[in-house]
Amino acid sequence: MIEIENLSKAFQVAKRKKGAFVSLFSREYETIHALKDISFKMEPGEIVGYIGPNGAGKSTTIKIMSGILVPNTGKCEILGITPWKSRIEHVRNIGVVFGQRTQLWWDVPVIDSFNLLRDIYKLSEVDYRRTLDQLVTYLDLALLLNTPVRQLSLGQRMRCEIAAALIHSPKILFLDEPTIGLDAVSKIAVRNFIKKINAENQVTVVLTTHDMNDIEALAGRIILIGKGEKLYDGDLANLRGNFISHKRVTVDFVENTAPLDIFGCEVLHASGERAVLLVDLVKTNVPSVIHELTNQKSIIDISVDSQPIEEIIVNLYREYQI
Amino acid sequence: MRVYMSLLKLRIYHGLQYRVAALAGIATQFFWGTIMIMVFLAFYGESTSVGGFTTTQLVTYIWLQQAFLSFIVLWLRDMELFELIRTGNIAYELCRPLNIYGFWYTKLIATRIANAMLRCMPILVVAMFIPEKYRMSVPDSTESFMLFLVTLTLGLAINVAISMFIYISVFVTLSPMGSLLIFSVIGEFFAGLIIPIPLMPEWLRNIVMVLPFRYVGDLPFRVYSGNIPLGEAFFGIAIQLVWLTVLILFGRKLMQSALKHLVVQGG
Amino acid sequence: MKIFFRYAKMWLKSQMVYKTSFILLCIGQFFVPFFVFVGLYLMFDLFDSLSGWSFNEVALLYGVIHMAFSISECVVRGFDSFSGMVRTGDFDRLLVRPLPTALQVLGSKFEFTRIGRLLQGIIIFVIGIGGIDVEWTLLKMSTVAFMVIGATFIMSGLFIIFATFSFWTIEGLEIANIFTDGGREMTQYPLLIYAKPIQKFFTFIVPFGVVNYIPLMYLLDRGPYDHPVYAFIPLMGVLFIVPSLLFWNFGVKHYKSTGS
Repeated sequence: MIEIENLSKAFQVAKRKKGAFVSLFSREYETIHALKDISFKMEPGEIVGYIGPNGAGKSTTIKIMSGILVPNTGKCEILGITPWKSRIEHVRNIGVVFGQRTQLWWDVPVIDSFNLLRDIYKLSEVDYRRTLDQLVTYLDLALLLNTPVRQLSLGQRMRCEIAAALIHSPKILFLDEPTIGLDAVSKIAVRNFIKKINAENQVTVVLTTHDMNDIEALAGRIILIGKGEKLYDGDLANLRGNFISHKRVTVDFVENTAPLDIFGCEVLHASGERAVLLVDLVKTNVPSVIHELTNQKSIIDISVDSQPIEEIIVNLYREYQI
Repeated sequence: MRVYMSLLKLRIYHGLQYRVAALAGIATQFFWGTIMIMVFLAFYGESTSVGGFTTTQLVTYIWLQQAFLSFIVLWLRDMELFELIRTGNIAYELCRPLNIYGFWYTKLIATRIANAMLRCMPILVVAMFIPEKYRMSVPDSTESFMLFLVTLTLGLAINVAISMFIYISVFVTLSPMGSLLIFSVIGEFFAGLIIPIPLMPEWLRNIVMVLPFRYVGDLPFRVYSGNIPLGEAFFGIAIQLVWLTVLILFGRKLMQSALKHLVVQGG
Repeated sequence: MKIFFRYAKMWLKSQMVYKTSFILLCIGQFFVPFFVFVGLYLMFDLFDSLSGWSFNEVALLYGVIHMAFSISECVVRGFDSFSGMVRTGDFDRLLVRPLPTALQVLGSKFEFTRIGRLLQGIIIFVIGIGGIDVEWTLLKMSTVAFMVIGATFIMSGLFIIFATFSFWTIEGLEIANIFTDGGREMTQYPLLIYAKPIQKFFTFIVPFGVVNYIPLMYLLDRGPYDHPVYAFIPLMGVLFIVPSLLFWNFGVKHYKSTGS
């Protein structure tokens, strides 16, 4: 469905010099390699989380895949079409939501924007009605349709925004930070909707985000890029397995002030009746730590936490020095 | 006063950054000047003086208008101030231990000075060396040049005082476009920016003389070329001072009541 | 074409939300150029003629160019304010829709308040037409219509060309005013009153001449432009849109290879 091979893209960026007059006539350029040899494939119905720090090349990839940018070298075929070669044919297949930008007309009711999109995509009345009805139900838009966009809250607007991107029933949906700035309730609504549309309409979803909860809730597979290179491509569970280096053990015990000393553990916090330990999984494992603990203290309660995904990503970034 | 001086310096320095825009502005103004001169000279035809206004004085008048455009127009605006009023963020400005009128006045005057600093010299220099038909003349005399500088400075002060009313009006209308349009169209017509005041019919000149607008640009430019004799120039300065005082006092008064209204409204 | 009117309808609806402001701006748009016309009138009051051209002849040209300018500012406004679209990245949005980019930019903004200026142009046009000494034939009447059409296309072409520059730079674009606003102010008068290089530039490079002094001289049966072939010369202005759109497409191509 999506085939990307050895995609590379470099930009020439003008260096700013002091005098504006001088820079009018001579400019020095710096080449920035936004993408270096990126390859991956996606199958219909997948949800892929495309993650990386700011400036890693996420938007460049999305822009190439949606036909906005032309790469220097490499192949990109989406449903058999090269986006930049037949832009108009290609964009009928895709829907794009750019996080903080709106594609809805500010001063008129939402439904007018939808109607205009119907004409832009030349949809038949039947198809349009059917899709619109589905979107209205799933996204709970019935009460919003006749409200001018400027009066909507951010969460309401994002729901309408996503509906606008799906009005022509695209086969692929690109979501660039769809939950940015939303409150918890709206975030969950958006995530549920994405799951639903993916399951029922077999829409393939490519999602960039900085919110790891989005990834955890949605993406079966993640692709991590940094400095223009692909660093990891695989499922989330695997990532956890491979990259979780520490676990956190919290233990409550009967008052006992003797110092704790367990191999492979760092004591994060200790008091008379509670201790928090960071277990280094390279040196030891959780069962032997618990075993050791029961030897040293009389235990009341014990809990084991994994590192949050957030921290894993931060560690990954650190590891790859991006 | 010291705080206003340092604010003035700061804003001028800030304004001097927009050099590429200034380059475009210089080219544009040079073009406008050329076109206007060609049109007026075509009207003059064979004659070299109409109603005591010679072609040389006319050409000089137009070039000075273009060089000091930022001193004399009213459409030059500070969107930041409009936004402050419109969004109600002006409340933060009220927290400063400064008089808002003085603060804004300084900011506006600094923008205009920076604008002219970047643009006037290239225009004036080129205008002095082009073919004679379109060439700008040197000042009529040393005295008239000195008086030109005085009247030009006072003119700028008057213009900013007038433009303050545009900002004050936004307290009521909440949209700057209307006032901006009315002020700039009417003000600039009566300032001689569409046709020079010496070329207006007498009845219109009588109206122009009782309005403040001609004291902004028309007076200094004609003093420069000697079209207005020195004695009359001194009289003009006196009127400029009167207008300046009246406009500032009235503006401050109006602004105070607008602010009071605002505070009351805000609860 | 249908989609073009859909866009227009949408914008009209949008601008009608703020009715008072809309009406005030229309009135403003009427009066801004009107004061320039008052100035023109006063000059003719003082001087009788402008290098042999009468007040009504100049009024005709004034009316034509203001009508053309207001129509293109209303319709092609999307190009006029295009640099903002590149700066904010909103242009990307247009590239993911299945329509030509030029059509979408056209639809991205309509400025209906220009109706005020249009009305002003029409009034002055009528004053001019009513007072010039012309034996009206069907051909001559069409020439007048061609003048308005040709001038509209030239103006629109200029807006498109300068919008295209924003793909490379958004600094110093005010220079475009020389050609758009400047072109408008200039062509209020017969171009023959200007110095030769300016006449030539605005006839052969930016072809304002074909909607200005050439058809006017044809209407007045003045040599060397009294041949009936000059009745159609204003339509040359329509052709100006072709290189403008080619340049636009070149700009879009450049944007797609570099991004913003």
